[in-house]
Amino acid sequence: MAFPQPRPQAPQLPQHLLRTIECQQGAVRAVRFNADGNYVLTCGSDKSLKLWSASRGTLLKTYTGHGYEVLDVDSSYDNSQLCTCSSDKTVILWDVASGQVTRKLRGHAGKVNCVQFNEEATVMLSGSIDGTVRCWDTRSRRYEPIQILDEAQDGISSLKVSEHELLIGSVDGRVRRYDLRMGQLHVDFIGSPITCVCFSRDSQCTLSSSLDSTVRLLDKSSGEMLGEYSGHVNKGYKLDCCLSDKDTHVLSCSEDGHVYFWDLVEGSLTLKLPVGKAVVQSLSFHPTEPRLLTAMEGHVQVWGAEPEDAAVEDS
Amino acid sequence: MASDEDSDEDFVTYGTPLEPLEEDEPVRKPVPVHEQTVKDEKGRYKRFHGAFTGGFSAGYFNTVGSQEGWTPSTFVSSRQQKAEKPNVRPEDFMDEEDFSEHGIAPREIVTTDDFASGKKDQLKDKAKAVSSLAALIPGDTGLLEELIAPARSSIGVELLRKMGWKDGQGVGPRLKRKQRKQNDDAVKVYGCAFPPNGSEESEDDDEFAPENVSFAPKDVVPVDFTPKVDSHGLGYRGLNPLQALGGGSETGHINLFTLQSDRTTSLFGDRNSGQQRRGGIGGQAFGVGAMEEEDTDIYHKDSMSNYDNVLGGEEPGDGLYGWTAPQQDKNDGFESLVRSHCRSSSFSSFINLFVYPPPDLPRDYRPVHYFRPVVDSSTVSPIVAQALQASRGHLSQDAPQQGRHSLDSSQRCDMLGETPLQGPSSVFELLGSKDRERLNEIRRAATEQNKSALSSRFQSIAPQPDSHTQSQTSPTKSQASSETQMALKAWSGPTADASKTFKPFAENPQKQARYDLYINKLKQGNKDALESSLDSSMTEWERGRERDEFVRAALLYKPSNSSLSSRFTRSKHEDDTDSVEVTRDQENDVDDKQAAVKMKMFGKLTRETFEWHPDKLLCKRFNVPDPYPGSSTVGMPKVKRDKYSVFNFLTITDSSQVSRVAPSAPKPPSSSSTLPHLTPEVSNKKSRWDIPGQEPKDPLSAFLSETRSEVLAAKNQTDSPHAIATPEVPLKKQKKKDKEKHKAKKHKKEKKKKKNKKHKHKGKQKKRVEESNSSSDDTDSNSEDENRVVSTSELLQRSELIF
Repeated sequence: MAFPQPRPQAPQLPQHLLRTIECQQGAVRAVRFNADGNYVLTCGSDKSLKLWSASRGTLLKTYTGHGYEVLDVDSSYDNSQLCTCSSDKTVILWDVASGQVTRKLRGHAGKVNCVQFNEEATVMLSGSIDGTVRCWDTRSRRYEPIQILDEAQDGISSLKVSEHELLIGSVDGRVRRYDLRMGQLHVDFIGSPITCVCFSRDSQCTLSSSLDSTVRLLDKSSGEMLGEYSGHVNKGYKLDCCLSDKDTHVLSCSEDGHVYFWDLVEGSLTLKLPVGKAVVQSLSFHPTEPRLLTAMEGHVQVWGAEPEDAAVEDS
Repeated sequence: MASDEDSDEDFVTYGTPLEPLEEDEPVRKPVPVHEQTVKDEKGRYKRFHGAFTGGFSAGYFNTVGSQEGWTPSTFVSSRQQKAEKPNVRPEDFMDEEDFSEHGIAPREIVTTDDFASGKKDQLKDKAKAVSSLAALIPGDTGLLEELIAPARSSIGVELLRKMGWKDGQGVGPRLKRKQRKQNDDAVKVYGCAFPPNGSEESEDDDEFAPENVSFAPKDVVPVDFTPKVDSHGLGYRGLNPLQALGGGSETGHINLFTLQSDRTTSLFGDRNSGQQRRGGIGGQAFGVGAMEEEDTDIYHKDSMSNYDNVLGGEEPGDGLYGWTAPQQDKNDGFESLVRSHCRSSSFSSFINLFVYPPPDLPRDYRPVHYFRPVVDSSTVSPIVAQALQASRGHLSQDAPQQGRHSLDSSQRCDMLGETPLQGPSSVFELLGSKDRERLNEIRRAATEQNKSALSSRFQSIAPQPDSHTQSQTSPTKSQASSETQMALKAWSGPTADASKTFKPFAENPQKQARYDLYINKLKQGNKDALESSLDSSMTEWERGRERDEFVRAALLYKPSNSSLSSRFTRSKHEDDTDSVEVTRDQENDVDDKQAAVKMKMFGKLTRETFEWHPDKLLCKRFNVPDPYPGSSTVGMPKVKRDKYSVFNFLTITDSSQVSRVAPSAPKPPSSSSTLPHLTPEVSNKKSRWDIPGQEPKDPLSAFLSETRSEVLAAKNQTDSPHAIATPEVPLKKQKKKDKEKHKAKKHKKEKKKKKNKKHKHKGKQKKRVEESNSSSDDTDSNSEDENRVVSTSELLQRSELIF
């Protein structure tokens, strides 16, 4: 007698507020999970970077050293290093444990909007308002970038790195994908200034949100549009978008204080998660679990699929 | 074995014979291995107890102890016995047998070099001995040393002495005088047994000789086999700074090229200075040394008397006693020196000593020594001196000739037979006649002033005619004509050569041709050169400008400068400065893409693919093989393009197309045609979606324009920005209408675009905003968007939240 096939469970959405973290570092410019999702990193407008425990919400460490508000952060795969970028035009490589600045890299002509490690944390890529992406070597002691990608005609707003590809969204309304293996640059014209780009987890698609209040899912290889998601408000702010842990939903921040969940395939709005009154500025999805971080004003909220028990346990 | 004694034959035996066996004796058993004994060098027994347990016994039963046992010695302070403790060497703790094993040589007492008389070069010894014989005080050199130093003679010398050899003699059989001449070569053999053949001959000769006397062979200085360790040329001996700087009076020309053998002969007291045999490589081909001031003497010092005229060895002289013979040379020594001086006339007063008053110093005497190598007749042999005097006379007595540095350029030019350079030789010739007059006047005035100042100091100076003010007051209105006159004057000289003059209008060949014509006419003295050389087809204004330019250029590059310019060479390759590096691939026009975006036709229309070269290190860091191995470019491939091209700044896309699709006719920079300006870009772009044979040009563009108009129509009807444009085929009439509407809209858009282009170089950001505005225009969200003229990038981070 064969066992019945398990019924495909409906994907769980992180719609229950687990906790709210008051960061006390001014406005939270960006909130990020670390590589394994156990820790939370918040970039504050008071020049500090804070490391939190995701499960308990306790502050673990504060990293200070930037000269102006911190705009983005990324953690290395082994949690040993962090890289941040700031309005003070610098990119800093941190040692996580000691909280010391390993390297402070200057070279950008304007504030640096986004920063990412590559897979092995051997290169840091930083995109700046000056329209360049700089590739910094973390292995050598050189203070010059390995390469400068200056093809963008306006500031870089968002940047993601996959195994051998760089996905770069620019204010000039184009999403550029640099394929290192092929030695090619693919430019997809979106038209409206890009606020956020990301790869899908199967890295076959790219997601890009733009200032025309639309999130678009494009096929990576052909550039054809697979889905268009709208309904949220994104007209002036650099808002994040992302895909859920199993690529089932598309998420985007909104200026109306909600996080919008769309079904990836159907394109229909699944959930409109009310976060608060102000703009939801940044969000980050847990790499494996249905767990979401949202940043609004000075606090970060952690959202989970199962509400009570976890929250009760923790509190 | 036993039969050995019986046999008569002699056998050669090797080794020690075995003892003969006695029959009664029992057969000896061989000693077994374990009973064999090993003794050390001193006859002590060594016991072998297995290779794995340490080989032979050592110490006291293989221990470090002694017969008394191993008792650790009690500590005894050596503080009081410091002086008694000598330096301990490792050998003190070693067995004697082990010395050789560790490379320690047996020590014995030897006289150190300090006490032994220095071991000297044998050759030098001999030379010294010979020279001591020739010296004024014979045997003065080594006399004292010989008394003190221990006599050490080699066994060879002892043997020779035993055989009857005496110091100073040559080695070999005794020879008769006649014979010696022939057997000169045999004499040269040193320390070698002479073949018996020769000795027999000499004996035979003895019998027939009138005097029964034979002589020892002449001693020979052995050939010098000093290895050559330096990197000089053969025979070059380097400069002795003492000799070189010691002043030229003693040594005329420092000859750097003497063979070692020559030097050794010079040690012999210059025996053959009379012959003046100058070996080596001295002479003209080796130029002038850095230390030598003047080169004339080396070029003239040589004469034929320096060379041998006769083949063969040196004259043997009397050679009665070999080296022991008294000095034969009469040319050497003080006397001969004096004689040679007397022969050269100016030194006749050398002998009668006379005290001269100190010389009057000349007025231009500078108390600085000037090294001037002078050929001094005292150092040169009299024969050479004579020859020199007879032929050239470059001895110091001669009037000093002018060095080549004291000649001026024209003299040198004459000597070399060059044709003089064209152009004026003096600066004054470069001046215009007017200026020259003025200068002359000034000069005259100055001299007059001097005179007047000298004659009457207190008289007022007579007013000078001020030429300067005169020139200033000259009418300015006729300046242009005077300029042309000056140009005419400057160019009418016969010296100017058109080919050598500067070409100021080289960039514009036609203009340059006209200028050349003008210059040529000027040279011919043509008065209306300017007017006739200008192009009559040009406008009056252009001609006026060119006239001005030509006159000015003619004045600027007048032939006076050409004489100078002939001395310089112009660079062959002009700098390629008027080109700029531009990325080869440029993104296409935005309009079509925007249209495509509006229709949500992402894909081919919105995607462009370029070649991009990642840095090698970046590839390495990403663990990706370099996609372009061997290429050195990084980033987008660049091409050089004309810097001043209008296309660079106005329409980048078009210029890129022109460059890429070279033979096809370039599109006009601004899209004057309304419809199909999308098509060529798409088709020309190298994209992987392009199929080579296919030409999707026209149908696609038609389709695009159609759909575009549809979208517009739909907008007009529904007024909703997100209306989906379905590519249905509408009615033809409606389509036409739509098209017209679309055209009108297009015109509007183009105007805007032009405006944008104007501002393009001012700032990207502003343009971006405008563009986004213009795009939003079409989506009917005007009212909202027109208020936002803030830079989008600024907007992005503008999150002034309230706290």
